[in-house]
Amino acid sequence: MTVNGSVDTGVASGIKVRHLDKHFGSFHAVKDVSFAAEDGKITAILGPSGSGKSTVLRMIAGLERPDGGEITITGDEQTWVPVQERRVGFVFQHYALFRHMTVRNNVAFGLAIRKERKPEIGKRVDELLELVQLAPFADRYPDQLSGGQRQRVALARALAPRPRVLLLDEPFGALDARVRQELRRWLDDLHRELGVTSLLVTHDQEEALELANEVVVMHHGRIEQIGTPDDVYNRPASPFVAGFIGSANVIEGRVEGDHLRFGNHVMSGAATHLANGAVAHAYIRPIDVRITEDDSNGAYRATVERVNNLGPSSKIRFRLTDGQPLLADLPNEVLPILEAGQQVLLDLRNVKVFESESEDELGALEEPVAAP
Amino acid sequence: MSTQGELRPARLSAPTRKRLVHGGLIAVALVYVGTLVLAPLVGITWAATRAGWHTWSATFADPTARHAYVLTGVITLVTVVVTAILGVVVALVLSRDLFPGRGLLSAVADLPIAISPVIVGLMAVLLFGTGGWFESWFSARGIRILFAVPSIAIVTLFICIPFVIREVTPILQELGTEEEQAAKTLGATSLQTFFRVTLPNIRWGLLYGIALSTARAIGEVGAVVVVSGLIAGQTETATLFILRAFDQFHDETGYVVALTLAMVSIVLLAGIEIFKHREEKELSR
Repeated sequence: MTVNGSVDTGVASGIKVRHLDKHFGSFHAVKDVSFAAEDGKITAILGPSGSGKSTVLRMIAGLERPDGGEITITGDEQTWVPVQERRVGFVFQHYALFRHMTVRNNVAFGLAIRKERKPEIGKRVDELLELVQLAPFADRYPDQLSGGQRQRVALARALAPRPRVLLLDEPFGALDARVRQELRRWLDDLHRELGVTSLLVTHDQEEALELANEVVVMHHGRIEQIGTPDDVYNRPASPFVAGFIGSANVIEGRVEGDHLRFGNHVMSGAATHLANGAVAHAYIRPIDVRITEDDSNGAYRATVERVNNLGPSSKIRFRLTDGQPLLADLPNEVLPILEAGQQVLLDLRNVKVFESESEDELGALEEPVAAP
Repeated sequence: MSTQGELRPARLSAPTRKRLVHGGLIAVALVYVGTLVLAPLVGITWAATRAGWHTWSATFADPTARHAYVLTGVITLVTVVVTAILGVVVALVLSRDLFPGRGLLSAVADLPIAISPVIVGLMAVLLFGTGGWFESWFSARGIRILFAVPSIAIVTLFICIPFVIREVTPILQELGTEEEQAAKTLGATSLQTFFRVTLPNIRWGLLYGIALSTARAIGEVGAVVVVSGLIAGQTETATLFILRAFDQFHDETGYVVALTLAMVSIVLLAGIEIFKHREEKELSR
């Protein structure tokens, strides 16, 4: 689960990259990136925009040349192999369908290029259109399809020449929320059916956590953590991961012995792993904030500022006695009736404390909670 | 809507005024285009048909007239082929590659539009005429450029350079490179990608540029008159034939040739409109 932890586990098939490096002019886009995507599984590269995740994917596809490092696909060294010979399926965020070709010809393109025989191409295309549930649309042009349909065509087109691996670059990024969810579920089913090794680049943590067996979290061109969705969610290895995944309240404080002090509060036993006197940040997820009656073990006094009912749960903005704002996400069934100005006691669970690094290492935004 | 106008009975209602203004503008546009463009066309048609069948048959039987048509055809063909191929190459470079001097290249490619054709002709005389920079090299090999067909081709080419470049470059910029990248991940070589993806995507714009180029090549006279030497049956294009016909008071013959050229241009114009329409439709995809 640690950085680079799964590189040397001897994955012969799948995708393996080692020490990838890439500059664009003076911008260091990818810094010493190593990871492996296991055969037959979905691996996600998760990170904010500009984190270098798409560049890594494009280097694996051969669309971008690395400045250094090594790329292996199903055991074959591919670092300098031209894109045409890598036999990878690539799905672009904006579909990149051939606009002057029908759906059928789009899907057939990769097979026609390889000079396969006509009847076989026809059979394979029918098979794929069936698979992506677009058979009735075979003779339409891309501009006659919805976004979700276009992306399914793009997927069929990428899969048609039987690629060794499937590379997806923010495949659902251009779609609206409802279609995105639908397509995500559908891709999950499809992958279960086909079992093709897939590498998915996304900035949407929900997408990564839901689809991937393993998540590679990237930030500023570097890998922050590699792990299962459970690892990166529950055991973040860096402040960035803690702030980026799941969204979190960030509270700055100072380490005093085993405790973290902020304002007039003390978080007891939270900082046993940190040096006395260090400046540290505590990361608390909105769902880990609970209202309690029990004052005994260090509950925090807070004032209710605002309550937004989101249906199954409510988003509540509290303010601690020292003025620190705190966002909470509480299920409505356990929620007492709250009014603005009301005093409550809060219990903070699963607090992660990291020593402060430079400002931009913080995953959280200006607001106490990064939008999910 | 119209009832609101009654609130101000002293003036015309707003919709009525709007209609009047629009009507006025439409009338101006119609009269302007009608008198300046359509009237001369009708005039030529009338003059050429009034000439009668015998003038038509005599004109087409005239070997110098036939030669003039053929020469114009050949010059146009050469121009179109060269400007189309090199135009696409330049457009690809301008839209895809960032290099120092890109802006300069783009500006230089537009130059022929800004320069008067007569000046283009004079520049050719300067380069290929007696004592010109390139004259000695060609004359040493017995190749005659000035006052011969090559110079006509060269000046026509020069004048037609911008059309394809100007039409295709913005389309390529708009298209981006994702489709080409997709083709490559599917195994297509660069050549396959160009012919199967890029070229079909720019085809309407390219045809539009070619149509403009053709129309210009057929009608070109200013530069050609300077360099051709005006030898009937040898270096005389169709437009030069018309000039000579009027010079020698064969007005009717001139009208006949003029009408045939005008008809070709009208067909091209129809093509241009169609291509433009298709291009707009395709880019909106």
